[in-house]
Amino acid sequence: MSTSIFDLDHERFVVAEERLHMPRREFLQFCATVAATLGLPAGAEAAVAEAVATARRPSVIWLHFQECTGCSESLLRAEHPTLEKLILDVISLDYHETLMAAAGHQAEAARKSAMAANKGKYILVIEGAIPTKENGIYCKVGGQTAIELTKECAADAAAVIAIGSCASWGGMPSTVPSVAGWDSSPTGSAGVAEILGKPVVTIPGCPPNPYNFLATVVHFLTFGTLPATDKLGRPLFAYGRLIHENCERRAHFDAGRFAMAFGDEGHRKGYCLYKLGCKGPETYANCPAIGFGDAGENNWPVGCGHPCIGCTEKGVGFTKPIHTVAKMLNVAPPLQYPRIDEPIGKGASFASAAALAAIAGAAAGGAAMLARNLGLSHQAAELEKAKEAKPKAEA
Amino acid sequence: MSAQVHHAKPAPVGGPLLNAVTLTAGVLIAIMAMILLVRFFYGLGSVTHLNDGYPWGIWIVVDVMIGSAFACGGFSVAMLVYIFNRGEYHPLVRPALLASLFGYTLAGVAVIVDLGRWWNVWNMYWPWSANPNSVMFEVAICITLYIIVMWIEFAPTFFEKFGMNEAKRRLSKIMFLIIALGTLLPMMHQSSLGTLWVVLGQQVHPLWQTPVVPLLFLLTAIITGYAVVLFESCVASSAYRRSIEMHLLTPLAKVMLGIVVAYLVVRFADLLWRGVLGLAFAATLEALMFWLEMACFFGVFLVIGTAAQRRNPARLFLGGILLMLGSSLLRLNGFLIGYDTGGGYQYFPSLTEILVTVGMFSIEVLGYVVITRRFPVLPREAAHA
Repeated sequence: MSTSIFDLDHERFVVAEERLHMPRREFLQFCATVAATLGLPAGAEAAVAEAVATARRPSVIWLHFQECTGCSESLLRAEHPTLEKLILDVISLDYHETLMAAAGHQAEAARKSAMAANKGKYILVIEGAIPTKENGIYCKVGGQTAIELTKECAADAAAVIAIGSCASWGGMPSTVPSVAGWDSSPTGSAGVAEILGKPVVTIPGCPPNPYNFLATVVHFLTFGTLPATDKLGRPLFAYGRLIHENCERRAHFDAGRFAMAFGDEGHRKGYCLYKLGCKGPETYANCPAIGFGDAGENNWPVGCGHPCIGCTEKGVGFTKPIHTVAKMLNVAPPLQYPRIDEPIGKGASFASAAALAAIAGAAAGGAAMLARNLGLSHQAAELEKAKEAKPKAEA
Repeated sequence: MSAQVHHAKPAPVGGPLLNAVTLTAGVLIAIMAMILLVRFFYGLGSVTHLNDGYPWGIWIVVDVMIGSAFACGGFSVAMLVYIFNRGEYHPLVRPALLASLFGYTLAGVAVIVDLGRWWNVWNMYWPWSANPNSVMFEVAICITLYIIVMWIEFAPTFFEKFGMNEAKRRLSKIMFLIIALGTLLPMMHQSSLGTLWVVLGQQVHPLWQTPVVPLLFLLTAIITGYAVVLFESCVASSAYRRSIEMHLLTPLAKVMLGIVVAYLVVRFADLLWRGVLGLAFAATLEALMFWLEMACFFGVFLVIGTAAQRRNPARLFLGGILLMLGSSLLRLNGFLIGYDTGGGYQYFPSLTEILVTVGMFSIEVLGYVVITRRFPVLPREAAHA
């Protein structure tokens, strides 16, 4: 199976080429990128290519609630030349309020028919937080509240994916105003899992990296299951490590080289942004590993010189002030450091040299006495023997 | 084993356990215990002169390297008796084994004492943490196994004492396997201890760093084993006022000298072949120590070179000491004196380090006295004495 990827004239790829209007080379490049993002072993790109090429496109219902559409934008505005084609072709986007041509009741009808036609097989993607105060009247589509829509669409979905920080836990809309008396956001914004009362796959980020979303969908396409997640529902392939662990500026952190102010010498030299409030040490995401926007290395907030704001992490992004210093999650500084002036050792002290000499003396003395006694008794024994054998009187 | 029947059965020597020797040993052990208490509460740095350039000192080189070489008597004699089928040496096996038992068990203890983070030691035996490519790992596992094997090998002594005849009978059925292991394991790790110098590379002076050092270590371990038997028999007979088994020690000394010749041939052939013998004539501490070491190995021929000389127990005693000294110097020279990690590091043992090493050897002496007096180890004295 893994060799079929080299068979570029394979019928499936020819069909995919026509369908996607993209060269096969680019198509396979995309598949390899997705496989790598997922952290799949070498050879898996073949499975991904097969899955994508065979056009088992799952129907996707995409709901928008309290959000800015940044997640959709990031998917569509990716710099990769034909990514948007793939997004619209890898999946069958049957309902997406921003992208669909239909409007009004026509649009709602399209959603209902797509749900009925793909009952139990479609993927539900939710973008945006869900307001809960006053029975959720702050966000309505077609007369239904976001809560009602979420529950209705999730009922028959094969999988539910919450894209973006808002859908993941409430995100920016859930931020509690820093005014006395407030203990929740004005609209009581919540994430999808809270509304459904069960865990869902979340792709937090503001916006999230489009590859993390695509890779999750392609994983579902290829293996029929959603990828393994952490306890917050974030796929481990993308959110398994702290940003701090893979950060390109990490060496500066370890060496104690920090930018102290925007535009200072350290900042211009690309030093660590920890002291400017970078939340990399307490934020799980693969940003330093895959970057943003297909624009090459270093194209992500920290790479551009801005501290990470922790947008993928509930309780950090949109909650902690941007320039507050992060809490170190896994790199607790040691209680003590090795000495810089490592001692190179001492010569013999009087006490130890004297002790050694005493031991050597005692041993030598003891051995000499013992040897002397042994010799004497040997001599005596020889004499005895000589006496017994009279003729040999010599000792 | 066939010759066993004709030998005097081993029997406890008897006599008081409390005397000048055991009392002195006890005091030295108590001093060691106090120093080790400090070491375990305040770390190695509080009682040793170890540093980054000399991560091991006399606790490893003397207690483990030299101590385990001294403890090769059991294996050397067992090899002679069981592998080369020289049954006449059988009465020497148990006393030699006893010394080995203490030597190795204490070497194991000394390693733990010397480990900075000794509480991690279990990782060595945990297959998922073990590193089978490491020489140290081989040595550690091999020595651990050998300590267990030796206790089993020595177990009949305890069975006899406590009248556990059934257990003794059962054990004797698989004893051949234990003895084979007890010969194989020390050959493996004694040579691996030498391999450490191969691994240390240029940090070890060229007079000692050579690819054949595993063979040198193995040969000197066997030589030391026989030397210790000579030494121990003389001391035991002197201390317990027993007759010496000269009819065994005299031919044993000849076997030993044969191996010394083989060792010297290998040693000098290697030095010549690598073209480093010239370094032995430089005015350095290493060259001086090299000749001291060599003097021990050559000197032994002056002491017990002739058949007549080998019949004199005093000469056998001195010959044994010379070879023990020679093998010790070989290890001391390569591991400490000819060992230079650069950067100006130096090492000389602290008083507390010396006292702990003394304490370790005191345990051996005390244990030997207690066990030979109370357990059947030494052959029963003939009625005439």
